[in-house]
Amino acid sequence: MSGRLAILAAVLVLSALAYMVLKAQGPWSFLLPYRATKLAALILVGVALSVATVMFQTVTANRILTPSLMGFDALYVLVLTLLVHSLGASGYAQIGAAWLFAGNLAAMSVLGLVLFAGLMRLAGGDMVRLVLCGIVLGLLIRALTEFLQRMIDPSEFQMVQSLSFARFTQIDGTLLALSFVAIAVALVLAWRLRHRMDVLALGDAAATGLGEPPARLQRQALILICVLVAAATALVGPLASGGFGPSSFFGLIVTAFAHIVTPSHRHAVLIPSAALIGAVILVGGQLVMERLLGFQTPLTVVIELIGGAVFLILLIKRRAA
Amino acid sequence: MIEIEALHHSIGKAPILNGVDLVIPEGGMTALIGPNGAGKSTLLSLVARLRKIQSGHIRVAGHAVGQVSDQDLARVLAVMPQETRVSARLRVADLVSFGRYPWHRGRPGKADHAIVDRALERFSLDPLRERFLDEISGGQKQRAFAALAYAQDTPYLLLDEPLNNLDIAAARDLMRLMRELADEEGRTIVIVLHDINYAAAFADRLVVMKDGRIAAQGTPGDVITDTMIGEVFGTQAGVRMVDGRPVVIV
Repeated sequence: MSGRLAILAAVLVLSALAYMVLKAQGPWSFLLPYRATKLAALILVGVALSVATVMFQTVTANRILTPSLMGFDALYVLVLTLLVHSLGASGYAQIGAAWLFAGNLAAMSVLGLVLFAGLMRLAGGDMVRLVLCGIVLGLLIRALTEFLQRMIDPSEFQMVQSLSFARFTQIDGTLLALSFVAIAVALVLAWRLRHRMDVLALGDAAATGLGEPPARLQRQALILICVLVAAATALVGPLASGGFGPSSFFGLIVTAFAHIVTPSHRHAVLIPSAALIGAVILVGGQLVMERLLGFQTPLTVVIELIGGAVFLILLIKRRAA
Repeated sequence: MIEIEALHHSIGKAPILNGVDLVIPEGGMTALIGPNGAGKSTLLSLVARLRKIQSGHIRVAGHAVGQVSDQDLARVLAVMPQETRVSARLRVADLVSFGRYPWHRGRPGKADHAIVDRALERFSLDPLRERFLDEISGGQKQRAFAALAYAQDTPYLLLDEPLNNLDIAAARDLMRLMRELADEEGRTIVIVLHDINYAAAFADRLVVMKDGRIAAQGTPGDVITDTMIGEVFGTQAGVRMVDGRPVVIV
């Protein structure tokens, strides 16, 4: 397993290098920092969303539903719309980036936690119901957001629009630093849960018998998931709702690949494996689209296509869990 | 010793346990029997803290269930739950290794591996150790979960209807193994059984439950009588003595 992880790491380093140096047009003094920021954002988002998805799938004991699929990124647009709506466009523009980030992170974490906890209760341990409820909840959030957006005035709406597209092209330095700190802390804490998460995969009763009652651990994991997804979303914008940036299927593809590349039940393997695969897909995908093919097509379209197929295969293949 | 005091429990609005007072002494095998819905499994899962105690007290070897930390209790008491849903794709050996988790919390040592190997051998799972759980039969899976509880190496072992889905050979093997654990390793085994004859053949003590109360307890010979079967189970099955132990004629 560690050999495979090393290979994944090597692939990531190679694609990151290629991303930095290939097809350089313009002075290096501009290109390098510009590309480095973008690269850092890609890796950060890839790692955060992948680890969040692995944990989410363990907590909910399913391999189909992901935080994005149940509309977690749509929650970001909802928070954004609410903020712009209540503060007005000018009021919103006056808040500093750091405060906005903190506000977004806090709001999404709290809302996300309420949402996830509600979802788990609704599902009551039934996988099919969980997936269905999750998708319906996602639709509900999106509909609510759209409804709110229709009520605010056109200039405010435009502001929400411009803010709510995933934007890997214009990354704010402060924002990058902030989300790096948030994601790094969450990753360290997630790593410390790795053995306990292994036990959780045995089912509620067996986990309790081994001295690891699921309720508390699930709450801890959910908080970390919320922080990870919220920080990534606050950095580059919602990934699913606008159709730009990586898509709602991103996490699904990553975990499916992680289970194929490093087939293990141990989170000590799954977490780094998914993190690396997530980063490779984003960096490598962006590299191929931007540098090699010269396409202007957003990476999302491709991920959406592959992700849709993976989703269907997973649904058809597995009847349980 | 497991001490249960004034235990009441309801699920939703339905009362399941109506004041259970029971002492299960240390050592030997105690079987909980009774008709469907008598509260056997609920009682067991309360002792194993799979459910929260609503009212009443339970102490296992002096530890108050619900107050002692979950980690500490996991070193005193192992449970084989009735329903197991593993979401990860696990090999048999991996599953059994989890039995050591309460002791090493994620970092198994040499001694842990040795105990897992012993558990696999004892439960005849050695040939299956590299197989995935979804590639083995229901009975084998059942055995793997029993081995998991065994590997936990606790003085108390609770099993909730472990004979479900087992054919006669597998059921007898499992019961004989449990008997051995009680006799050779001095473990206290509490087992919920559906089949009175298995209980009579293997257990030292029977606890008969009906409508959330203890209806009778004692040795199989004392407890299993025509009248008890009639009163508790509501059916007229005769009891005969065969080789000095009661057998219910079905």
